[in-house]
Amino acid sequence: MQANVSVRRFNPDEEDPKSYDQEYQVEVDENFTVLDTLIKVREEIDGSLALRCSCRASICGSCAIRVNGHAVLACKTRVSEHLSEDGSFRVEPAGNQPVIKDLVVDMNPFWDKLRAVEPYMQPSMPEPEAEYLAPNDVMLHLVDVMGCIMCGACVSDCTVLEIDKNFLGPAALAKAYRFVADTRDVEDDKRLKMYNEYGGMWDCTRCGECVTVCPKGVAPMERIMALREKAIEAKIPTGSYDGAAYGYRHSLVFEDIVSHNGRLDETKLVIKTLGMFNLPKLIGLIPVAMNAAFRRKMPPLLHPAIPGVGQVRRIASRINAIKKEAAK
Amino acid sequence: MKFAFFPGCVSRGGAPELYLSTIAVCEKIGIELEEIEGWSCTGAGALQESNPLLGDTLNARNFALAQRMGLPIMTICSTCQGVMAQAKVKLENEEYRAEVNAILEPEGLEYTGGIEVKHMLWVMVENIGLDKIKSLATRSLEGVFLAPFYGCYIVRPSAALEYDEHPQRKIALELVIEALGANAVDNDGKTRCCGFPILTINEKNSLAMVAKHTAEAQDLGADAMVTPCPLCHLNLDGFQAKAAKQLGRQINVPILHLPQLIGAALGMDAPTLGLNKHIVSAFDVAMKMGVRI
Ligand code: FES
Repeated sequence: MQANVSVRRFNPDEEDPKSYDQEYQVEVDENFTVLDTLIKVREEIDGSLALRCSCRASICGSCAIRVNGHAVLACKTRVSEHLSEDGSFRVEPAGNQPVIKDLVVDMNPFWDKLRAVEPYMQPSMPEPEAEYLAPNDVMLHLVDVMGCIMCGACVSDCTVLEIDKNFLGPAALAKAYRFVADTRDVEDDKRLKMYNEYGGMWDCTRCGECVTVCPKGVAPMERIMALREKAIEAKIPTGSYDGAAYGYRHSLVFEDIVSHNGRLDETKLVIKTLGMFNLPKLIGLIPVAMNAAFRRKMPPLLHPAIPGVGQVRRIASRINAIKKEAAK
Repeated sequence: MKFAFFPGCVSRGGAPELYLSTIAVCEKIGIELEEIEGWSCTGAGALQESNPLLGDTLNARNFALAQRMGLPIMTICSTCQGVMAQAKVKLENEEYRAEVNAILEPEGLEYTGGIEVKHMLWVMVENIGLDKIKSLATRSLEGVFLAPFYGCYIVRPSAALEYDEHPQRKIALELVIEALGANAVDNDGKTRCCGFPILTINEKNSLAMVAKHTAEAQDLGADAMVTPCPLCHLNLDGFQAKAAKQLGRQINVPILHLPQLIGAALGMDAPTLGLNKHIVSAFDVAMKMGVRI
């Protein structure tokens, strides 16, 4: 069948380089991957098209690009699944990374962030002869997260990186979790303190894009949530980043309010998260609150407890007891 | 058609116009809503960070209450919908469900699995049908340009939201907008994050997201954005002025709740739909839709 592929191109060697879309018509087989198609374009139509690949079997992680707006591994993605009714599809370089040429992006920021989380084991025991052994069952839950092939698909589609380049990002934080959760690594407290800083675990918005696009089931966002749970549980100091302190309190206050009232009380949540005496922050919210009050939509100052709130409270205390028992 | 109605905390708190307009629209369309007595918060993803077991148990409790009513659940919040869908998947595991049910048991409650949870948006497309909505509409919204904005939780993870079984969920907002005669403005931000979950943690980033999406919609010529998520609404509407200031440009895009849009086409007036309760004035778009102010 015939496919029309629109490719976002960029050539840094041109005078005043700008990106533009170029269309190619190629004959594709039903089983063609996006990578097969692009290689065919390069070999038969346009030798100047730059793209990156190596294994062609979703192992090396070098072929991440965007197809119809979402990051994928080109070698793992069938064209037939992405063709529109008129037989076309759109290809762009991975997002949130500087483009070197056409579909090839600069992975240096990716590696810098990965290095920043100290992605190597820091054990306390003396160096063994061969490897540091760990029982099978304590490593099993890490199989998925260790499956990361560092293709950067998650980084490409991360909604936070889109507006804040400082964010460590899903791949690096998932790797960070992998070492915190590894029983042989003894630097959990140091690590969690480090990941508590600006750009760390608290800056994730939980949008789920990374979980959706990861071709290996790493589920980075879920690892970030697990990091938060660990930091809260271990009562790791929040350090110099006030966002971490707000993040801690937001989770705990949320839990507290829902366990007591059964429902959310927005006013209490905001005030308690920011801190009753955090005047600069609270004053900053006054215009918004006044606007809301003016439209008679200020959330009620006192939320009535729900009918059946006793049930919710008893459930919460039962769960607390279970957790305490498990901690023992 | 009858549902166990789950309004969610925000429609009973910071976005009362969503509750108002839902009740009015459902009555007109003939959807009977019986509110789940004693429903609790789903945890909104935040509770799931600090105490996932409590989150799952509270959802199982809501499910059990609905099962007792013998009705499927209807939600009106992308976040409630997504969190409930994810809890439902976890609770399909029988061992885990038994663990959770053991916590519920002293309250005389049991969740037996398999509950149906549907957002009002999906109810419109799948249960009511676009033709029926079209036939009930008394005003055509022709010439009105509306940018859909879904809210993360009703988009991802798509498996828990059963997108494969219901492929039209991917474009449900566009389908409703166009069925009512308006034009859907395709925008890159429509399935991205509104920034609400980090509003108190990193306000600068949260506002940057608001500014990005609202500015995009405005630049594409949208008269308003439409969302099935009251949390997106809180951020995109309530914080738009602050976000515009941070970005250093003018942005002025009213944000409509889904039932406000439907109600406008059904001939309802502004007070019934709570269109006077918006921070970014919805006056102009209401006029354009022919809504009596
Ligand atoms: S070429 Fe190696 S992962 Fe695609």
